Amino acid sequence: MSDYIEKLDHKINADDPTLGDTEIQNYTINFGPQHPAAHGVLRLVMELDGEIVERCDPHVGLLHRGTEKLIEYKTYLQALPYFDRLDYCSPLGMEHSYVLAIEKLLNLEVPLRAQYLRVFFAELTRISNHMLNLGSHVMDVGAMTPNLWLFEIREDCLNFFERASGARMHSAYFRPGGVHQDVPLKLLTDIADWLDTRLPRLFEDAISLVADNRIFKQRNVDIAVVSKEDALKWGFSGPMIRGSGIAWDIRKSQPYDVYDRMEFDVPVGTNYDCYDRFMVRVEEVRQSARIMKQCLNDMPEGPIASFDRKVSPPKRGEMKQSMEALIHHFKLYTEGFHVPAGEVYVATESPKGEFGVYLVADGSNKPYRCKIRPTAFSHLQAMDFMLKGHMLADTTAVLGAMDIVFGECDR
Amino acid sequence: MGHSAPKIAAIPGIAEEIAGLLGSMLIETVDHAGELSFTVVREKLADAMEVLRGRAHYQQLMEVAGVDYPERPERFEVCYHLLSVTRNHRVRVKVSTDEDTPVPSVTHIWPVAGWLEREVFDMYGVIFSGNPDLRRILTDYGFKGYPQRKDFPLTGYVELRYSEEDKRVVYEPVRLAQDFRSFDFMSPWEGAQYVLPGDEKAPQAPGAPSPAPAPPPPPAAPKGEEKGDKPKVTEKSGDSGAGEPTDSKANAKSPEAPAKPAADTDEGKGAAKPEDKA
Repeated sequence: MSDYIEKLDHKINADDPTLGDTEIQNYTINFGPQHPAAHGVLRLVMELDGEIVERCDPHVGLLHRGTEKLIEYKTYLQALPYFDRLDYCSPLGMEHSYVLAIEKLLNLEVPLRAQYLRVFFAELTRISNHMLNLGSHVMDVGAMTPNLWLFEIREDCLNFFERASGARMHSAYFRPGGVHQDVPLKLLTDIADWLDTRLPRLFEDAISLVADNRIFKQRNVDIAVVSKEDALKWGFSGPMIRGSGIAWDIRKSQPYDVYDRMEFDVPVGTNYDCYDRFMVRVEEVRQSARIMKQCLNDMPEGPIASFDRKVSPPKRGEMKQSMEALIHHFKLYTEGFHVPAGEVYVATESPKGEFGVYLVADGSNKPYRCKIRPTAFSHLQAMDFMLKGHMLADTTAVLGAMDIVFGECDR
Repeated sequence: MGHSAPKIAAIPGIAEEIAGLLGSMLIETVDHAGELSFTVVREKLADAMEVLRGRAHYQQLMEVAGVDYPERPERFEVCYHLLSVTRNHRVRVKVSTDEDTPVPSVTHIWPVAGWLEREVFDMYGVIFSGNPDLRRILTDYGFKGYPQRKDFPLTGYVELRYSEEDKRVVYEPVRLAQDFRSFDFMSPWEGAQYVLPGDEKAPQAPGAPSPAPAPPPPPAAPKGEEKGDKPKVTEKSGDSGAGEPTDSKANAKSPEAPAKPAADTDEGKGAAKPEDKA
């Protein structure tokens, strides 16, 4: 016994150091790819020291479908629906970058009403995307009710998309030169009513449950703090860079369509943590509603697609009367339009951040190369340094605040 | 008014400023559609990026995109898209390389380049020297080949299925139930230099007077097809029964033509048959 006491007291310098506490090996766990909080098919290989994350290696690509390769074999118009399927939570945000890239190469002017409609539905997309993200974020950290309420709003949004384009999710509504078809007045008035009544009521109710909630704050405040320098170095964009205190919004700084006519505020975070990212998105929903109201006020009557018949198709009625219109329609839906050679990089503020399309055209009717810049790819890469030193349970909060959708990350 | 894509205010003299900063590292400057691209010397890429980030204030690397131009001696182009949040401006920096020559990594300048370079490596096989973790990223574990290269088929080489015998998913060579269909939309009036699909058996001599030279004859059909079991087609003018110039024959034979069906000639067959029965 005295041996043991002396040993404990470090009087015996035993070279074999097993002093009751043996050296504990770090262990590695797999988070996902079939985990409900992994927001899809994310596999995180995490090295844990007890409950502390030492290292985190995200394995992506489980949803890789070769979209960029497929686009090279399709005409410009046929490639459009692939963009709906990238980030399937905010389809119109993806389409927006793509049609703007084509229009930039063609130098094609879009009628004003079409620009308003695009901005209007892009903001509706933002609301519907944030509903899903905010809801799943609060559910990932333990709250149930807000998610159900927010899904009510999302359901409304999807119904509006259906009434505008015929499809709830994969709308293919934005087209090079404008939008696919005009919306009925009743739809606009219904959305206006919804913006005034149902949206604020449900949304503010749901957020009031979590925004000042002690448990929610304990799970999010001071989690994964990212400084401004780090946010720049890691290629952050969208709510992630604004959550890090940089007031950078492409809608403001490099306005496209009619965003330069809109009045809205850009919220930024002050603590640079997960809670800030959450609250930035909450405020963006309010600002989106504000932009949509301005669109409804200012939207002029007029054409909804370019009159350049080499790019946008004629009306059905016109085709019954005019041989030329019929030929244009036939050529557009078989051969498609040719885009002059050149390359552009067009990035828009999608609900998740900077969604860019690098389009290389060779003068034919198919893109030579269409590189898609997903938002999630850069954000997910920062997972390792954001998680380092945090608890395992914080993984879901960090992931939820990143707003990752794997259709877009893996392409 | 023009397009409504994101409006980026051009900074006067920015191209000259960057060209001055890059100095001998710069190969070419292109200003297209209001976007600046700078092609730089491959070996100097990291230095050029350091200059652009430090002195020209392009703080963010948003995207690294590979492009494949198989006809060039250095077939791959790697395009870096930089963004300055303080000057509100974007530029593109390009280097070109081939399958074996490594491109200097910029991970020490922007850690975000880690995955972006991994993706270019995965898709094109471009090697980045200095990237600490150059693994495949989007393709499957153990994938072979570089799918975004232009010579990689759209369908790929292997397909995956669950095997009931092995009780696991297995890879197999890809088997297509239908040939891959690739349409091109070149018009024969605008200089398509090939035999049109369906026209393979057409007579080789130019039929109608045309200023364009006749295309070279296609390879001869397999010998077996010359026998009498040749399917009935009406693709050349002779098959339809109205092919050969008939003016002279018609003039000569017209009095007796109805009485004598021309069963002995190929041309006459089709037209003559109904009369045979009658």
